[in-house]
Amino acid sequence: MLLWGSNARETHPIFFHHLLKGVNRGARLIAVDPRRTSSAQWADLWLGLDVGSDIALANAMGREIIAAGLHAREFTKRATSGFDAYRAKVEPYTLEYAERETGVPADAIREAALAYARADRAMICWTLGITEHHNAVDNVLALISLALLTGHVGKYGSGINPLRGQNNVQGGGDMGALPDRLPGFQHVENDALRAKFDAAWGVTVPPKRGWHLSGMFDAMERGELQALYVIGENPVQSEADQERAKHLLSTRDFMVVQDIFLTATAELADVVLPAGASWAESDGTVTNSERRVQRVRKALDPPGEAREDLAIIFDIARAMGHDWGEPDPEAVWDEVRRLAPPFAGMSYRRLDELGGIQWPCYDETHPGELFLHSRLWEDPVPGLRAPFVPVDHDPPVDRLAPDFPIRLTTGRRLDSYNTGVQSGGYRSPLRRGESLDISPEDAAALSLAEGERVRVVSRRGQVEVPVRVDESLRPGLTFMTLHFQDEVATNLLTIDATDPKSGTAEFKATAIRIEKLTGTPATAPAP
Amino acid sequence: MDLHVIAPPASPAERAAVDAVISERVGPPTTWHGGTRETALDGHVARGGHEAREHRDLLLPALHALQDRIGHISQPALGYVSRRLAVPPAEAYGVATFYSLLATTPRPPVVAHVCDDIACRLAGAEELCATLERALGPTGAATPDGRVTWLRSPCLGQCERAPAALLTIAGDEPRALAVAPLDPAGLVARLEAAGSGRPAGRDAGDQPWGPARRDTIRASVPQAGSDGLTLLARVGAVDPSDLAAYRTSGGYQALARALELGPARVIEEMTASRLVGRGGAAFPTGRKWAAVAAATAQPHYLVCNADESEPGTFKDRILLEEDPFALIEAMTIAGFATGAARGYLYLRGEYPLALARVGDAIRQARQAGLLGPAVMGTTFGFDIEVRRGAGAYICGEETALFESIEGKRGEPRNKPPYPVDVGLFGKPTTVNNVETLANVLPIVLRGGAAFAATGTEGSTGTKLFCLSGHVARPGLYEVPFGTTLRALLDLAGGVPGAGGRLEEAIRAILLGGAAGVFVGPETLDTPLTFEGTRAIGATLGSGVVMAFDRMTDLAGTLRRIAAFFRDESCGQCVPCRVGTVRQEELLARLASRPAGGPVGDELGLLRELGQAMRDASICGLGQTASSAIESALRQPELLVS
Repeated sequence: MLLWGSNARETHPIFFHHLLKGVNRGARLIAVDPRRTSSAQWADLWLGLDVGSDIALANAMGREIIAAGLHAREFTKRATSGFDAYRAKVEPYTLEYAERETGVPADAIREAALAYARADRAMICWTLGITEHHNAVDNVLALISLALLTGHVGKYGSGINPLRGQNNVQGGGDMGALPDRLPGFQHVENDALRAKFDAAWGVTVPPKRGWHLSGMFDAMERGELQALYVIGENPVQSEADQERAKHLLSTRDFMVVQDIFLTATAELADVVLPAGASWAESDGTVTNSERRVQRVRKALDPPGEAREDLAIIFDIARAMGHDWGEPDPEAVWDEVRRLAPPFAGMSYRRLDELGGIQWPCYDETHPGELFLHSRLWEDPVPGLRAPFVPVDHDPPVDRLAPDFPIRLTTGRRLDSYNTGVQSGGYRSPLRRGESLDISPEDAAALSLAEGERVRVVSRRGQVEVPVRVDESLRPGLTFMTLHFQDEVATNLLTIDATDPKSGTAEFKATAIRIEKLTGTPATAPAP
Repeated sequence: MDLHVIAPPASPAERAAVDAVISERVGPPTTWHGGTRETALDGHVARGGHEAREHRDLLLPALHALQDRIGHISQPALGYVSRRLAVPPAEAYGVATFYSLLATTPRPPVVAHVCDDIACRLAGAEELCATLERALGPTGAATPDGRVTWLRSPCLGQCERAPAALLTIAGDEPRALAVAPLDPAGLVARLEAAGSGRPAGRDAGDQPWGPARRDTIRASVPQAGSDGLTLLARVGAVDPSDLAAYRTSGGYQALARALELGPARVIEEMTASRLVGRGGAAFPTGRKWAAVAAATAQPHYLVCNADESEPGTFKDRILLEEDPFALIEAMTIAGFATGAARGYLYLRGEYPLALARVGDAIRQARQAGLLGPAVMGTTFGFDIEVRRGAGAYICGEETALFESIEGKRGEPRNKPPYPVDVGLFGKPTTVNNVETLANVLPIVLRGGAAFAATGTEGSTGTKLFCLSGHVARPGLYEVPFGTTLRALLDLAGGVPGAGGRLEEAIRAILLGGAAGVFVGPETLDTPLTFEGTRAIGATLGSGVVMAFDRMTDLAGTLRRIAAFFRDESCGQCVPCRVGTVRQEELLARLASRPAGGPVGDELGLLRELGQAMRDASICGLGQTASSAIESALRQPELLVS
């Protein structure tokens, strides 16, 4: 189990509980994370790479695997394309180079590479440590290459798994909540596919892709985007470079927010539509991290004036001149099944009977697919072979410099959830408020006491926050969360250097300096 | 594991104590595992995981080391152990607080654990405790110099020379020794000596080999040196620290023969002997061995249960102290027959002399090639590791014992699965009591059929009985199964008083220990066999025969038994945890009722409690916690003072 850029112990505690069952039965765990997180403390091997050096590490591992002759020769030949280009690309990524770029000792990198390659079964799980970078997609491609190289894909106990942050992130993508996709991942710029939707819906679907979230902010900056309909998102507090995000959102012509809470974003809106919770107060389906589509059932009516998302959207459609009739989740789902082949065989009846089905499921006799890429093990491989996409290491945009000498990385803690909208309203004995977590060495060097408030300054902004000495950090590495935006707006500091392909900002790598607030007495951290 | 004890770093002495025990298997401390911070080395890499966690079984030895060297287990020390062994601190704390010999708060280095259990009560333990309280202050309090304290203890297994105490002296050269029989003034003098760093004297059984030593042994084993003994043949006759003497007396002939016969034939002989376990449960030993030998999972383990703690029982202690090579030889045979390369000897923490003698014997056996990778020059490899208990009766229960070895609280497991399938470290395991193993040598040497010729149809061989209480010559006796209770008591010189007429002298006899049964003088002609005792609703248990004369305050004894079970219940399952407390409360209520007051409610409740504990407790402790008490209450005449 290669847990890369994920502190699942705290951010995916239920998943980690399952992972630990495997560990307790003998599965070996390697954790790759700049911090020695509580997940890493369970690992057989922890590689504490420097923030943003993931590709240097992954490529060096790939090079080591090839050099040791441990790559899956037959598999790469038969089921993949671009192996030679990959081998050429990783050739310069020697252990020495990787040690210099990542900080991780060469022997540990080698150990991890060989362990991953030699395992009968191995999987890579990652989360935002991989994707909240300016080169997020490249990071993912580097990991995919490792899986292709070793054949750890498309079979039991293997694969590459992004751990999702919510129960239905996958479902959002499934349903086409992506700038360039229609439901079932059908590309919007494919004329034939689009024509199918045009015919079914009796409208013309815009033929060009839209903007992703970061692109929308850029469009707002250019004045091309003036009206916004925000559903279940709190960008005022979750976006990098918060000053900019807040400014842009509060200067739109018109903004609607549909949410179950009155978020900071909702407070800026012209219209707020109170929504029902997607569980317990709604009927429908969700898709989990293993592509399993499952039914959710309504048990309660939403409180007060709140309404189900579907009912709100139906009413808006009606107001815009399209009467879709009475909202009926099953009818909507059946329409998805007609238009999106991967879901065609998933009737409500079958979803109930089978306890959910993993897509693709092309007809009502299809049991679903346990592995997405099992076709790679057929001979010959049906369809396209899996491509290696060689990528290069590119360090974080926000460079360390004498006036910003310390790396700040951000993340989440067990007791809180994202911007705190859903978790902040509840007390937790674990929650201790925002802090700048700092190594004992840095605290000593800067003469900082536990709980002392400091000013944290980045190239974009500054915040004041108490210091917490954390032994799991090494010198030069600090950590903050985004959970307490009302008290400490961490994203005033972060950079919105954004991956052009995924649209995700580099939350994980900010260069900061820490300034002592002279005359401020040390206080205990907030409870 | 991702939680840590918030405390200053452990002291160098504490770290050294722990490291001395674990360093053979656990690498040096790193930044992440208890060492000082070296982020230049460790800031980018850490190894741990399975490798770090697989040494959990060193937890109890590490805690012992702290207790022995420092005198208690401080929070910083506990934090250090947790990090070194990758054990969650809460679990390490759970273990440290489970055992009564371990202290998690500061305790003076010199401690007298004074037995106030059944046999020692009969020998005046309460008066002794009162004297100690006057001399040293209340139990648990330190003397003015902070060097000495005394604590009450459950049975120390020295019943034949009651009253008894165990002295523990913490320090760089820790010591522990049994003091029995003890007089208050002598004990106080020893404590004062130990407190000021002077020698505290020797263990009650520790003398150079010679006539004086043999006299001491005869005081505990009156039959010592006489003919016709099997299990006790060498006790008092052969120097237990002399391997050559052991071999001259016939030692290691059984192992040689077993190696010749092969595992299957050894098990056949064991089965033919119809030997059953002597720890109290009387399970056929041959069947147990055959099951482990046939188990497919590997490796197999052998465990010798030497956690003798049933009040009134001291037979294993004497075998361990006076014939350790025999036990080692028998364990080696058991390992050979069941396919185990590793044996654990789980020894009661209160038996320091046994620990020394067994440890010495194992070293000698290793040197002589009788343990190790090539036993007696064959391809069979076998070795034994001694693990010390730390004061927990429940760890005599076989699955609790596994948990204890594995570094967990000694809480029994649900059965099935049974140890022969899923035992120590989850592997097929043979667990045998010390006395059971002692029978292996004559069975292998003489053959199972010959062994079975002694005793009765249902109870073959001889049996060790621990006689204590009101008998003229308390001690350990070996008699063939079928000997009557009367004959056994006569052998021990009878019960003083009433002109030697047992019926009149005796009020009650406790058979089988605190988990056993009280019987009256009308049962004196019962043959002591498994079937014979069963017929009178009693049990042989671990071989305890404790006599109570007409003057005994039996109600007080019952309350002590109830207190014992309340104290020793591990607390895991409700019927036992609550039941043992309620049982003690009801006995106290019975005792405090006005003379002649009604007792019906209490007796009915006690019966109900007993039933609930028998039906619903996980293990034998709860299932037998009401046994002796209920048996006494069924015979009201026993309780008349």
